[in-house]
Amino acid sequence: MNRLLSGDSPKSIVLSVLLVAILIALAFAPFLFPGSRSLETAARICIFIVLVASYDLLLGYGGIVSFAHTMFFGIGAYGVAITIDRLGTGYGALTLGALIGLAVSGVIALLIALLSLRVRAIFFAMITLAIASAVAVLVSQLSGFTGGEDGMNIRIPRELTPANRLGEVMGTRITGKTLNYYLVFGGSLLLFLLMLRIVNSPFGRVLQAIRENAFRAEAIGYRVVYYRALATCLSAMVAALAGSLFAIWLRYVGPATTLGMEIMLDILLMVVIGGMGTMYGAVVGTAIFVLAQNYLKELMGGLSEATASVPVLPELLSPDRWLLWLGVLFILSVYFFPTGIVGRLRGTR
Amino acid sequence: MPSPSLVTRDLTVRFGGHVAVDQVSCAFTPGELTAIVGPNGAGKTTYFNLISGQIRATSGRVELMGRDITRLPVAARTEAGLGRAFQLTNLFPRLTVLENVRLVVQARERRGFNLWTMAMGHRDLIAEAQAVLERVRLTHLADQTVSALSHGDQRKLEVAAMIALKPRVFMFDEPTAGMSVEEAPVILDLIAMIKSDPEATVLLVEHKMDVIRSLADRIIVLHNGALVADGKPAEVMASDVVQEAYLGKELSDV
Ligand SMILES: Nc1ncnc2c1ncn2[C@@H]1O[C@H](COP(=O)(O)OP(=O)(O)O)[C@@H](O)[C@H]1O
Ligand SMILES: [Mg+2]
Repeated sequence: MNRLLSGDSPKSIVLSVLLVAILIALAFAPFLFPGSRSLETAARICIFIVLVASYDLLLGYGGIVSFAHTMFFGIGAYGVAITIDRLGTGYGALTLGALIGLAVSGVIALLIALLSLRVRAIFFAMITLAIASAVAVLVSQLSGFTGGEDGMNIRIPRELTPANRLGEVMGTRITGKTLNYYLVFGGSLLLFLLMLRIVNSPFGRVLQAIRENAFRAEAIGYRVVYYRALATCLSAMVAALAGSLFAIWLRYVGPATTLGMEIMLDILLMVVIGGMGTMYGAVVGTAIFVLAQNYLKELMGGLSEATASVPVLPELLSPDRWLLWLGVLFILSVYFFPTGIVGRLRGTR
Repeated sequence: MPSPSLVTRDLTVRFGGHVAVDQVSCAFTPGELTAIVGPNGAGKTTYFNLISGQIRATSGRVELMGRDITRLPVAARTEAGLGRAFQLTNLFPRLTVLENVRLVVQARERRGFNLWTMAMGHRDLIAEAQAVLERVRLTHLADQTVSALSHGDQRKLEVAAMIALKPRVFMFDEPTAGMSVEEAPVILDLIAMIKSDPEATVLLVEHKMDVIRSLADRIIVLHNGALVADGKPAEVMASDVVQEAYLGKELSDV
């Protein structure tokens, strides 16, 4: 167990319970929460945990601010979509697409890193913003290749679609969709454990040292540029793999679902809410955020009706104001947990 | 006489019109502790910055073990054998004392790009870091966060980091600055211990005369960026020019 977690135990009982609960909920989601909507939510949580954790690797451990994280996510998704579009459906094309997305992301990340990290961290943030915007425009312009604004539907192998009926287990219908979910779940779990390993490796320690005091890290013999470049590449490549999983799960890819600035913002919020530089923060932050995103509207609708007789309250709780309440939740969480939920639960700083 | 480990040739840096280090040529030899003195603003720290690479020279050369390192980045110079302790405390404030030293050992052993093993699994690095803390008597603070330490203990930790780095050339920039009278001797004992290694070349910027008298084999004097005196402590201190024009109060103060 300790080896699996790379020696990085949650170090708090409440946090451990929370993490185990999330793990169980996700592992048995098709049985615990039948219904396609809740399965969508569970899959989204799995994938975003990986995406957010890979961003935490960069921001929380490396101290590097990037606005191109969704771009790498998109490259992974489009890699799968375009490869299948060109080569036809099949596991080979699927794997190849994911590998292409992985390689392209790694190369672009390396170029960005070597071009800009030598100068200043703020320059890196600006470059990533510029490149991410350029890529988003490019994707919507090259409609012959990427499907433009409409995006592309992806024909994944039939075994992974709802059309593949496999029977029933404990009253739950098992279909290809269930298999697809377990592909997402297993892939996400593996990627998360991989990142946990990386941040607890000698390399991860150097990243933390650089975040603390880059001048000092350089003076004791670490070539800061190379470490930051490698962190950028690793983070981009994991984001690309998360994107590939997302494409396979949704069987669709479009600019809004993968490349949008709103998603970039969501990722930032999830990292901050969960706690930067903790990895586990990605799990908690993502779970809470995605659940709020998906169910806050309903919850508010219910509350609004329940308080129908009270003045003003129903107005305030109207489902249309869910974004406002999400904002309030965010501000409260940052105010009460400046080091994130995980930072708070671990009682550090 | 062993051959010099560190040589600067006409080393110069200009900031705008101001020449902060002016054609300093000097050779430093293993087994020798050289005190670098001069009034505030003389260019001592800047001379160090040119040697360890935080500032690039306008002209001139720096050679370490016969190799030209003038254009190398900071980390590469450290890898080549330079060790620097800074005038202003420079540590990883939110990491533990042990981790601060462990990171130095890890850097020296070039294991930083190891992605796949657990840092805690590298028992040898931890053991060595603990041994260094033992030597400087900081073991009881090993698990403390650095920012919680007293100023004196932080300076001690910087010396510990230098010991852990095992460089060929040690550079100390006013290591006892801001320390209490009780704390300073501990640092000086450590520097004396480092100096006792005949392989070690030590450069020490220091103002306190008694310290220089007890530790230095040689003194060089910087003034307005230029090297104006170089010799045995007794000779340099006796020299009128140095006494009056360049050292003034600071040296006779103590
Ligand atoms: N990065 C810099 N830019 C401009 N001037 C500098 C810089 N670093 C040092 N100086 C100037 O160089 C001179 C020497 O400073 P310094 O080396 O810190 O002196 P010392 O360590 O001997 O007290 C001072 O006049 C200082 O203002
Ligand atoms: Mg100085």
